[in-house]
Amino acid sequence: MDKIYTHPRALRKTVTHYCPGCGHGILHRIIAEVVDELAIREKVIGIAPVGCAVIAYDYWDFDCSEAAHGRALAVATAIKRVRKENIVFTYQGDGDLAAIGTNETIHAANRGENLTVIFINNAIYGMTGGQMAPTTLLNQKTATTPKGRNAQLQGYPLKISEMLALLPGVKYIERTSLHSPQEIIKTKKAIKQAFLNQVENIGFSLVEVLSPCPTYWGISPSQSLNWIRDTMVKEFPLGRIK
Amino acid sequence: MTKSIIIAGSGGQGIMLIGKVLAQAAMDDAKFVTWLPAYGAEVRGGTAHCMVIISDAEIGSPCVEKADVIIAMNQLSFNKFKNQLNEKGILIVNSSLAKVNSETKALKFPFTEIAINLGNIKVANMVALGALLGKKKIVPVKNIVNIIKQMAPADRPELITVNQAALNKGLEL
Amino acid sequence: MRQKSIKKILISGNEAIAEGAIRAGCTFYAGYPITPQNELIGYMAEHMQDRGGVFIQAESEVAAINMVYGAAATGVRAMTSSSSPGVSLKQEGISYIAGAELPVVIVNIMRGGPGLGNIWPGQSDYFQATRGGGHGDYRCIVLAPANVQECYDMMILAFNLADQYRNPVLILGDAMLGQMMEPLNTSTKFVIKNVDKSWALTGCKDRKPNIVKSFYMVKGDLEKFNLKLQKKYEALQAKEERWEEFLVKDAKLVLVAYGSMARIAKAAVKTLRLKGKKVGLIRPITLWPFPKQAFKKPKDKYLVVEMSYGQLIEDVKLSLSVNAQVGFIGRAGGGFPSEEEIIVKANKLYNG
Repeated sequence: MDKIYTHPRALRKTVTHYCPGCGHGILHRIIAEVVDELAIREKVIGIAPVGCAVIAYDYWDFDCSEAAHGRALAVATAIKRVRKENIVFTYQGDGDLAAIGTNETIHAANRGENLTVIFINNAIYGMTGGQMAPTTLLNQKTATTPKGRNAQLQGYPLKISEMLALLPGVKYIERTSLHSPQEIIKTKKAIKQAFLNQVENIGFSLVEVLSPCPTYWGISPSQSLNWIRDTMVKEFPLGRIK
Repeated sequence: MTKSIIIAGSGGQGIMLIGKVLAQAAMDDAKFVTWLPAYGAEVRGGTAHCMVIISDAEIGSPCVEKADVIIAMNQLSFNKFKNQLNEKGILIVNSSLAKVNSETKALKFPFTEIAINLGNIKVANMVALGALLGKKKIVPVKNIVNIIKQMAPADRPELITVNQAALNKGLEL
Repeated sequence: MRQKSIKKILISGNEAIAEGAIRAGCTFYAGYPITPQNELIGYMAEHMQDRGGVFIQAESEVAAINMVYGAAATGVRAMTSSSSPGVSLKQEGISYIAGAELPVVIVNIMRGGPGLGNIWPGQSDYFQATRGGGHGDYRCIVLAPANVQECYDMMILAFNLADQYRNPVLILGDAMLGQMMEPLNTSTKFVIKNVDKSWALTGCKDRKPNIVKSFYMVKGDLEKFNLKLQKKYEALQAKEERWEEFLVKDAKLVLVAYGSMARIAKAAVKTLRLKGKKVGLIRPITLWPFPKQAFKKPKDKYLVVEMSYGQLIEDVKLSLSVNAQVGFIGRAGGGFPSEEEIIVKANKLYNG
């Protein structure tokens, strides 16, 4: 009998610290599967900056580095430049990539660094207790927008993927979601493409993944998936951006 | 023996360059030497000066408070540095671009005019360096000639000729 | 006295640091332009790539220090450089580097502060350099060259110490030293001490995965890690103190100064000696670990000379086991005590 499904080699057999219904566990597994399928576990280096997933290295079974908040792409740039033979990726939340690290994001993209970026957009700050993210939707209530995000006070949800698509150094951007099995399959396909691009020296590739945070959205895990499907994708349309 | 020199002018006059040439000539003469630049925030125009100290012994501060030699290539530099001269020091002024008041003792030469007559206004600095070495043998002239040869880009040999001519004109002053 | 006729080049302190770093095996440099250290980044831009290294002009000081963090995490010799305001921006990164125990060399060509200050010489970042600078209980090894030759020679020491102790090393110079040109002899052979770097990120082929991190959430782990750091710092204090003594043996008054300030203090000592005054100089070369041993047999009187308002003097006082008279002369904000000013102050202290 053929084994058609198994625990990924690149994923440690351990229980994660993530909340019930969180998207990080799914994404960690997708990345581990892709690493296995591309047979790059022995040369991949992951960068986990500050955020809920800062200890992703406790779950992935390959070389990893932490990075200060927002600095994942500076760290990754240097690692890739001195070790071209390795496959280097960052795993960044919305606060990391699109607020405190916007500068590093834009300039690494503009230099066209041959890197893979997995960008987790859950429209909220999880690790610090549910504050506004740059991608928080208008009227969305958070710990720092108790009356809902007000464009006049807090500006608009930042569409960093669309912004980055303008840069000639960027080769591939796709926005996907985790709200259904079909979307998860699409997400894996996109992530695999983003890794393949690096293997083939194509250049800067980013996958933005809309991911649920039931804890700080204040709704159930299943309601969270519906909220992505019905509300979040209106602000952040899915599909290939570049 | 220690000699301290201030060379001052405006940005673009090659002030830093002749300071470096002088410093390198001293180094090639196996002396201790320091060269220290000072710029304003501007890149062209404004004032620029450098300080060169040449000594037989280890040098402390590379900053010159009282100079043995001051070369002032324009009016602002003359006004700014004329009081920083030692009692026995010499003040060399580019009279093409600076008027010297009657109470100040200075050696006045029209470096810019001489350079224009040589066909390249930019070598006024080298005329001034020549004038200094004509008055005080701080470094061997042959060292300067060697440096001029080394510095000119391979595709611009005419720069060697005009700088040498400028140096010689200065030496004759 | 004539200098020996070895082939020398006329070069600035900034360029000497860059050349010294390349010869010391530095293969990664990231930096951001700031006066008065632009000759350093310029030199790296011109030479690094041609000599097999990587040069990146970073988008910010913050990015530069984090790039150096990344490069060092792979085990290569990595360096960044800046001047005071830029080094302030790097502090978070330096704290992470200390926390992840990465060997990195950071150059600070100090200028006048606080704030934007000015571009002229200063030593006002002494506390920032020697006390850690960023958050957390950590120390950088701090080396202070005093002339262009030392700027060059010190780079091999800096990289070797960084590797040996897995610790950030700070080169603390100032605008005068960085901008000044002096003859440099590059014939000394640099010995690169290769250390085990099996911790580096290279891909987990034939080994367990390596993790570079400074995050310890399990209760007690961070305390254990801090104790490990403290042990390392104790070893550094015991083994790596460095200083220069000049005419100290019979001195009644000893001047204390570092970096380019020490050159001027030394000139003052020479002048005072010519007048029969028994005066000497202690020049700390490692500012951290501070050379406490140099003060083991205290003299009657000390005069601390700084381009800052009372920073170095704290370490001098902390190093003295008895009550010696410690005088002070300092200026900051672009000015520095002249030889004459030092002599006046020294004479007063000497005769008083």
